[in-house]
Amino acid sequence: MSGGFHIVVCGSLVPDPLQTLEPMEGPTGPALKNEMMLPAVLDPWAGHALFEAAQLAKNVPDSKVWLVSLGPKAKLQQLMMSIAQKVSFELVAIDGSAGGFTDPFDVAATLADTIDKIEGLDRTRLLLFGGCASASRDSGVTMQMVAERLDIVDQFLAVDKLTVSSDGALEVLERIEAGQYQVSSCAGAPAMLGWATGSLPEPPNNPQVGMMNMRTVMPALQKAQAAEVGIGGLKYAAVELPKQRRETRVVKDTPAEEIAQEIVDWLKA
Amino acid sequence: MEKSSSAKQSKQLMSTLPGDDVRQIMWRFSDRYDLQMVVQSTREVARGVVANLVANGARNTHDWTPEKATILTAFDEAGLTQVFMDPEDGGFIEGPKNLALGLVAFELSWVDGGAATSSLASNLGLSPIHEKGTPEQRSKYMKMAVPPQPGEDRQIKRGAFALTEPLPFVGVDTGVVSGKLRIDSWEEGQEPLLQVEKRGRFITNMGFADFVTVAVDSDDERIKGSCMVILEEGDPGLYDRGTPTQKMVHQLSSTRDPAFNLKISADRIIGGYTVKDGVIIPKYSHAEIIDSVFRRTRVPVGIMSSAKLLSAPEPIIRYHRQRFRGGATTSPGSPRFDLGLQQKDDCLQRLVDVWAAGEAGAALGFYSARMFDDFDAIEKEKDQIFAEQGIKGRAQLKVFRKVQQGALEYLTMKTRPAEEQDTARLQELENDTLTQFLIMDSLANVFCPAGKLWNTGHGATILREAVSLMGGYGITEDCPGFLGQKWMDAQLEATYEGPEAVQRRQLSITMTNELFLFQFRQWIGDLRRIASTHPDSGACTLASAMNLWLWTLEYLQKTDDANGKPLFHSSRHGVVFPFADALCWLLASRCQILDMLELEAKGPENPVVAEGLEGYVNFFSDLCHVQAARAAGEVGRICAELAYGYHGHPHWDDEDRENCFEAESLDALDSIMPGIGSYGRGLGDTIEADGSHNEKAGPCAKSCRSGFVKLRARLDVCMTGSRLSKDRAAEALTQVMIPEALDYPR
Repeated sequence: MSGGFHIVVCGSLVPDPLQTLEPMEGPTGPALKNEMMLPAVLDPWAGHALFEAAQLAKNVPDSKVWLVSLGPKAKLQQLMMSIAQKVSFELVAIDGSAGGFTDPFDVAATLADTIDKIEGLDRTRLLLFGGCASASRDSGVTMQMVAERLDIVDQFLAVDKLTVSSDGALEVLERIEAGQYQVSSCAGAPAMLGWATGSLPEPPNNPQVGMMNMRTVMPALQKAQAAEVGIGGLKYAAVELPKQRRETRVVKDTPAEEIAQEIVDWLKA
Repeated sequence: MEKSSSAKQSKQLMSTLPGDDVRQIMWRFSDRYDLQMVVQSTREVARGVVANLVANGARNTHDWTPEKATILTAFDEAGLTQVFMDPEDGGFIEGPKNLALGLVAFELSWVDGGAATSSLASNLGLSPIHEKGTPEQRSKYMKMAVPPQPGEDRQIKRGAFALTEPLPFVGVDTGVVSGKLRIDSWEEGQEPLLQVEKRGRFITNMGFADFVTVAVDSDDERIKGSCMVILEEGDPGLYDRGTPTQKMVHQLSSTRDPAFNLKISADRIIGGYTVKDGVIIPKYSHAEIIDSVFRRTRVPVGIMSSAKLLSAPEPIIRYHRQRFRGGATTSPGSPRFDLGLQQKDDCLQRLVDVWAAGEAGAALGFYSARMFDDFDAIEKEKDQIFAEQGIKGRAQLKVFRKVQQGALEYLTMKTRPAEEQDTARLQELENDTLTQFLIMDSLANVFCPAGKLWNTGHGATILREAVSLMGGYGITEDCPGFLGQKWMDAQLEATYEGPEAVQRRQLSITMTNELFLFQFRQWIGDLRRIASTHPDSGACTLASAMNLWLWTLEYLQKTDDANGKPLFHSSRHGVVFPFADALCWLLASRCQILDMLELEAKGPENPVVAEGLEGYVNFFSDLCHVQAARAAGEVGRICAELAYGYHGHPHWDDEDRENCFEAESLDALDSIMPGIGSYGRGLGDTIEADGSHNEKAGPCAKSCRSGFVKLRARLDVCMTGSRLSKDRAAEALTQVMIPEALDYPR
């Protein structure tokens, strides 16, 4: 293939999963209690996408990675202090809500519009990466809408593996039902891949990488455009945390087959 | 019943635990993304690799195991090893590194003090070379201590620092070393070959160090005085790492008692040497080197103990709230279920004390670290000036005695209104390196030992309180937050790099420096002004306590004890040591108030902080008030003991009897002033006509120290409102949101 990929990763922050997440009614609709003040992490699925993108860029010469992040600017800056140390990328920041109750339609429109304006981006070499879903709301629709707006028709969801052949063709493993994979072939970019977990571990922090990234991260944060994304026309009938369910029994010396059967019976029930 | 002035209306409470944004403002690195990244990197290592080692019982052996060695690899991979280095040596942080190293120590000891010590000890091994080494020595050893970069084929080399020796040598008096340095051979035109003999004790990193910087004294008339030299594994002779120290704490650092008997070239003398009349004269004595090293490396140690205190509230709050959950009689939604032990005042109020002490210690530690960052540049300029003028040793003191007047003039002029200042003179003094050096030096010489002494010593005491708040859980290995281990570790932090007596000794000398005292007086005025706008911050309480401390200092300096011996003398430890302790309380409390004010001022600029700012400021202000009252109490106690305790108690039969009322006189006056007889008897000591008197030790001491009495009484009154602050802070602890689980081990 001639030239590398231009990989754009859509990914933002979610509240640290260890925090207490308490839905409440805010002035503009549902929100999480003290959400702005809670520590945030990179959305795990978006994180897998970013790490896979960095690995791909490393292996395919002349490739470049952009991270497009929509979130409150001050919180994005905190997030960058760890994420920017892990892999090389150029940040494109958008200042707006990253809450779990925002309308994905608005979010997708904002992301697509921003990506469209990235200077130097070659749409013919574009691989659009993101999480197949978000940890703050598992609707899993945003990436498809971004792809549609960017006229990308080859779309893959819940991706765990991407193999690029020497001619730039893509082989993609997507998760489907019952632990099976669907293997797809694609002639090449442009394509959208919504990642599941991928296969890469989280890279360790490397301050040298961080210092390099910061040359573009800080200016990107300073010039981040404000975006009006919110609940839009959505109406939430109710919001609540999933109920915890814990039924613990201590049973000794049970054969594995019997345990397995009990789990199957429970699932079927 | 006496009525209290009404407490103000309820204040906004803190909603969540303070996060990175809050700390970055308070500790002044919100504009330093290099430091923010270092914090994140360190945190990942601390709460990942380090916390897992602790949880898996790696502390249960004195040996340096392959599992423990993974900490070093993690340091290298996360860039922590390079934090100490300058960019030209492979580092990535420009300029001074004191704040950076303080933050690294803070994050590591949040989980384990031994891991923090491992990190700091590598830097300590390099510090003599960094501070006083020749350019060649710096270049060689800094570069070899940096992890190999991509494409480089080499092993990283790690260092250790060996000063302490087996008893009865170095440890208490660092001025005397038994390690010996002799000339082995010296051929014409060649570098002399030296024979080094040194035995070390409690040497950190010795289980794996590839090179060691050691303090030795001359055992050869052809070598003048003491110096420090660099030893490498592989030098001809004995490089015996020795046996592991059987320490009960900091087991994630390697400590051994090594022995060296090696031949080295004279170019390993740190800082180099000259030859005069056939005698090798090292450029720096070992004392000069360790002085410049320890004044910096002690700062992060103080920060370590405070980090542990600040790590304690989250697991303690969780334990208290969840204490009764799961019980048959505790149903969800009930106060017993939601608040658990937090229904009771005691555990809340004690936790407020723990938190307040942690804030004060961290404030003092980071204040010192920032001060040394500023100080580094000016100290280098000073060294350059003296080097150019060939002024060394005591000759420098002579110069400084002249500069001292200018420094005082500068400080005085700065306090005047702008229109009364001599602008030209002020500018001249501001641009004078030696003047500015002397002013900063007077602070650095106090803040460094104060932080090391108070943060670790008082920190250890308060950590015990934190452990007790976890009940029996606190002294188990699996106590969330490893509080028991942190408590034990704090005792070592109070000991290594100069035990408490050494810090008190230094303070007893430096705290009377006129330049320091001038600035101290200024702070009292500043605190009163702060108090006028922040009455609940404890600033007024603190100012009154500082006033009392100053009065007592002047009193002690001009007063003899009952036996006619001067009270204030640097070798009279019974006086100057507790007095130094009192000063530490004051400094820590002041720094804490300054941090709170910084948050209040800069918080609105950060949208994340702004949302909960009022609650944070209220909480931290209440903690300041609690801590200021505690500091005032300690200062009052110490000063009272010293002001009165060295005077003999008056007796009924000595001249002090003259101060007593004569009953006959009182009764005679009673006919003119009815009631004076009984009033007088109640007011003071009275001798009845038959010579009898109340049964007690003797007449009360004369109030010749009336100045003290007034200030002490005022100080006690200045505690007003401090317990209301404590109640508010305690209430905040019942409301604050905490994560569902501790984030380490990950």
